[in-house]
Amino acid sequence: MKLMKSAALAAAMAFAAAGASADTLKIAFIDPLSGPFGPSGDAGLKEWVYAADVVNAAGGIGGQQVEIVGYDNKINPKESLVQLQKALDNGIRYVAQGNGSAVASALIDAIDKHNKRNPGDEVLFLNYAAVDPSFTNDRCMFYHFRFDADADMKMAAVTDWIKGQDDIKSVYIIGQDYSFGKAVAAAAVSNLEAKRPDIDIVGNELHPLGKVKDFTPYVQKIISSGADAIITGNWGADMVLLVKAAITSGFDGPILTYYGGSLGAAVAMGEGAVGQVKAIVEVNTNLETTPEQDAYIDAYEKAYPDNNYYYHRIHNAMNMFKMAADKAGSTAPKDIAFALEGMEYESPYGKITMRADNHQILQPMFMSTFSDNVKRGVEKLPLGWASGDGDRIEAEATALETTCNMERPAN
Amino acid sequence: METFVPSLLNGVIYGLLLFMLSSGLTLIFSMMGVLNFAHASFYMLGAYFAFTITQSTNFWFALILAPILVGLVGAGVEKWGLRKVHANGHVAELLFTFGLAYLIDEVVKIFWGRNAVDYRVPELLDFTIFELYGSDYPAYRIFMLFVAISMLVALWFLLKKTRAGLIIQAALTHPHMVGHLGHNVPRIFMTVFGAGCALAGLAGVIGGNYLVTDPAMAAFMGPIVFVVVVVGGMGSLEGAFVASLLLGLLQTFAISVDATFADIFGFLGLAATSEVGSISISSLAPMIPFLMLVLILMVRPRGLMGDREF
Repeated sequence: MKLMKSAALAAAMAFAAAGASADTLKIAFIDPLSGPFGPSGDAGLKEWVYAADVVNAAGGIGGQQVEIVGYDNKINPKESLVQLQKALDNGIRYVAQGNGSAVASALIDAIDKHNKRNPGDEVLFLNYAAVDPSFTNDRCMFYHFRFDADADMKMAAVTDWIKGQDDIKSVYIIGQDYSFGKAVAAAAVSNLEAKRPDIDIVGNELHPLGKVKDFTPYVQKIISSGADAIITGNWGADMVLLVKAAITSGFDGPILTYYGGSLGAAVAMGEGAVGQVKAIVEVNTNLETTPEQDAYIDAYEKAYPDNNYYYHRIHNAMNMFKMAADKAGSTAPKDIAFALEGMEYESPYGKITMRADNHQILQPMFMSTFSDNVKRGVEKLPLGWASGDGDRIEAEATALETTCNMERPAN
Repeated sequence: METFVPSLLNGVIYGLLLFMLSSGLTLIFSMMGVLNFAHASFYMLGAYFAFTITQSTNFWFALILAPILVGLVGAGVEKWGLRKVHANGHVAELLFTFGLAYLIDEVVKIFWGRNAVDYRVPELLDFTIFELYGSDYPAYRIFMLFVAISMLVALWFLLKKTRAGLIIQAALTHPHMVGHLGHNVPRIFMTVFGAGCALAGLAGVIGGNYLVTDPAMAAFMGPIVFVVVVVGGMGSLEGAFVASLLLGLLQTFAISVDATFADIFGFLGLAATSEVGSISISSLAPMIPFLMLVLILMVRPRGLMGDREF
């Protein structure tokens, strides 16, 4: 009798578990949730969770409630593969990742292998921030979609801005020593040579990822090189410490960044950086937009008072994911991947398109400047990011040639 | 010259900050015979305490109060934690401090959040003291130099010139004898542990706003401090001082060198475009502490000035 009871219980539990997985759609969020880049990953997780909550409140995706499951990869590619395996073992077939192209690279390889070995049980990779250009060029993969502009697209925008600044005669390029930092440096050099051959690149330096505690020696080197501007792709703690050192050491030229909006940077920069630090982004919270989007941002910042609305691309990714599921009438990764190809989405800041040829998003970009005249501050400061009229770059203008030769599965 | 003078200053300041951290660690080591893994966590606590005190009063209160608070926490840890664990031997103590480091990490995250806090340099010191080859030199750095040197002198005076220092030194090497002479050895140990933690706390107070105060700062600093203590020689204050300065200077100078392997070994036929030749000296800077650690353990396992073999 006792045996019967426990067997029945086990059966009931198995049924409950199956039931749970049938009406929840889980997305594995594999990013650093601790360590020097923990704040970056944590901020991303919060926005994914929020985006999922909003989608769930409107009925979920394909009738399923979306659940974001956080996996801490400690920004380590090997650890990421362990976490990916864990997610796969838990039956999760959608992966979201952004921090670190080294991690994204490992995930792409692993997911590609998994998909080739398990036809019919594919995994979809939603990349929201890993911007090594190779992922949508030589190494493009059908199941990978990037919702952020790649390093080359961002650099094209940054150098377009430099083109109009005649008083910049020399620049110093500094970045993190891994595939992404190298891609940024290479893009900066080639873009500047094409657009402003007169500009002198007085320094091109890579520093170890997440290991430098005091950037003052680097900044002193930059100042003594006589550079008029700094270009950096740094993010996370590396971004915060670099600008902090640059501001306190009295570097007075523009600092052109990809991730000036990294969490903690505004606090570290303070008033000293107003007008000086710029970031190329897909959104800042002071842009003109729809009242719905304003309310959405307010609601997010109210739900997470310690964070600011930053990763607009995460919300784009979630909305496009839902649109793709609706369009395909299925939530199978393969169907969603086909539906996402070439998909257009009216975002609150203009139309965005997922390129079909290499799975790279095209979205309006904005050159933002750190400002003390803003409606929405960041990090509880009266300072924030703002863009002027000439700072908008249309989505089509960000498109670059691709070398991608996509292998598509049979539909 | 243009890079030499600023590098020298920065190197010395960074070195002294390291010494402030490692002096406490090395004192505690000579006492317990065990490395305190949680030492850098006390440094972090110092920075966070200072941040909180600064918010309600000002930086100068924090400069005095935060190290005292950290010292009290340290003394409490010794009295109610380590002393009990001590009976079970060194491994237990080691594991205790290891666990403590994680505990403090998590507590900090719960109280102050996972992100950097806005702990700033006091306004009084937030100005440029002089210009050095075109770059501003912040007054706060000179203040750090001043605090570090004052601490160094005070520590030296306390240990070498006072009766209390004499008893402490005796208790470190011959605890039983000192006990038989009527001194309260456990209390001396508690005091030393507390004082060591207070020094780390002081480093946190002046280092937290110079670098960044976030929950990762302990993990950032921890390994470097161990290197200092091992290179300097376990338990040797003089050694820790020399090693701190050496490390600070080496790291800062390596960054300011604008050369690659190809520039140095070019005469051997190393091409600038080759994999090895394109490595720049400055990119090796963060590796230097650990390179030093390995080398010193190979060549001189007791460290520069240590007297204990492992």
